[in-house]
Amino acid sequence: MSPQGAQLRQVGRSYRISLPAVAVAALGLVTLALGLVFFVVPNDANQGFSQRIFYFHVSIAFTAYACFAAGAWKALVHLWKRDPLADLESYVAVHQGLIFGSLVLITGSIWAKISWGHWWLWSEDQLVLFLVLFLFYAAYFMLRFSVDPGPQRANLSAVYALFGVVLIPVSFLAIRIAKGFIHPIVFTRHGPNFGGWILAAYCVSQVAMLVLAYALYRVELAGKRLDERLRGLREVLA
Amino acid sequence: MTYLRDVGALARKDLLLELRARDTLPAMLLFVVATFVVFHFALPAHSSQLAASGLLWVAIVFTALLGLGRAFVPEREQRVLDGLVLTPCDRSAIWLAKSLATLAFLVAAEVVALPAFALFFHGLNGSTVAGVALADLGICTVGTFLGAMAVATRARDLLLPLIFLPLAIPIVIGGVGASVAGSPARYLGFLALYDGLFALVCWASFEYVVTE
Repeated sequence: MSPQGAQLRQVGRSYRISLPAVAVAALGLVTLALGLVFFVVPNDANQGFSQRIFYFHVSIAFTAYACFAAGAWKALVHLWKRDPLADLESYVAVHQGLIFGSLVLITGSIWAKISWGHWWLWSEDQLVLFLVLFLFYAAYFMLRFSVDPGPQRANLSAVYALFGVVLIPVSFLAIRIAKGFIHPIVFTRHGPNFGGWILAAYCVSQVAMLVLAYALYRVELAGKRLDERLRGLREVLA
Repeated sequence: MTYLRDVGALARKDLLLELRARDTLPAMLLFVVATFVVFHFALPAHSSQLAASGLLWVAIVFTALLGLGRAFVPEREQRVLDGLVLTPCDRSAIWLAKSLATLAFLVAAEVVALPAFALFFHGLNGSTVAGVALADLGICTVGTFLGAMAVATRARDLLLPLIFLPLAIPIVIGGVGASVAGSPARYLGFLALYDGLFALVCWASFEYVVTE
């Protein structure tokens, strides 16, 4: 096999679960989660109907963290093993993380408006942290797309993605201690009384979001790999 | 030991270059004083002293950004970086030396800027100065690293503020906390933690920024 052919084969990687199966699972789980959240779970005693957004807001936030962590892990794999596919996987994971991160900002903003009457609250740690992460990862895309494709772009992206996993805990800590001088804690939320249907609904929506993110990740990755393959073929023909 | 000697030689090169060309430091000095004047007019009369303390940190971060943007310009223009990467020394020495040089510029700018701030606005307490010193370390280590990344891109100077500011937010939080909070110790501790963590990450991964 020619070296180009070998490289083309490298671009592909077989997964144990096929993409349509993942997509169908995501659809089923999201439908189930919607059903549970809107029709089964009882209204929250304090916040009423609007509290239901919590099931999605929290599970989306967790999913975004998972995507960023996966992106950083793939970045590490890339730096370690020089695997060109790992760079692509890292990029796609960060991209999904940014999409879910924007959803966290939107759902959090809606929740804040309904619960406290403001679209934005600096006293909400999670929301502020996601704003910082949003800025950080949006800059990741600026960085990535201002370098020509190649090993250097892969390296710079990987290093920046690794910075992200250090930045997440550091920013979290920073935002926590910033309360000492920025805002006294005005709003205290009673810990949700977990149990029964509430726990079940939360778990289902969490799994649904993770599977959905994974399905989107696979779809995007398949597209990017197709692009790569096409480019490779063009180079072979040229 | 050779590592430290390499770092020393590289840092001396940058300082010598600045001493002869005087590109960066005068610009930083002028910029920071001009910023203070802008802030004076941006703050309405009877604004609290706390607001001025916060703006001090804005000035420091932007002044540092000015210096960091220039840090790798000589390397880029004269293609020195290729030569440096070829030399038989640890690549992280390039980052450490450049960080030390930018730190020297930033400290030199602050030696003028902090008294100017005290003159224009209000006096500074010890914890603010300690906070500035700790923040300088973080700004220069992370900023130099990102500066090396930015010069490798097409966008160059445009990109550095974009990738640097999100990472500088924790520094600003720690710094402002050290300036205005009642018990600055935890904020200073946080700044030290930030410096240590990010210095470690930069030191470990700089090689991948300058090599392919």
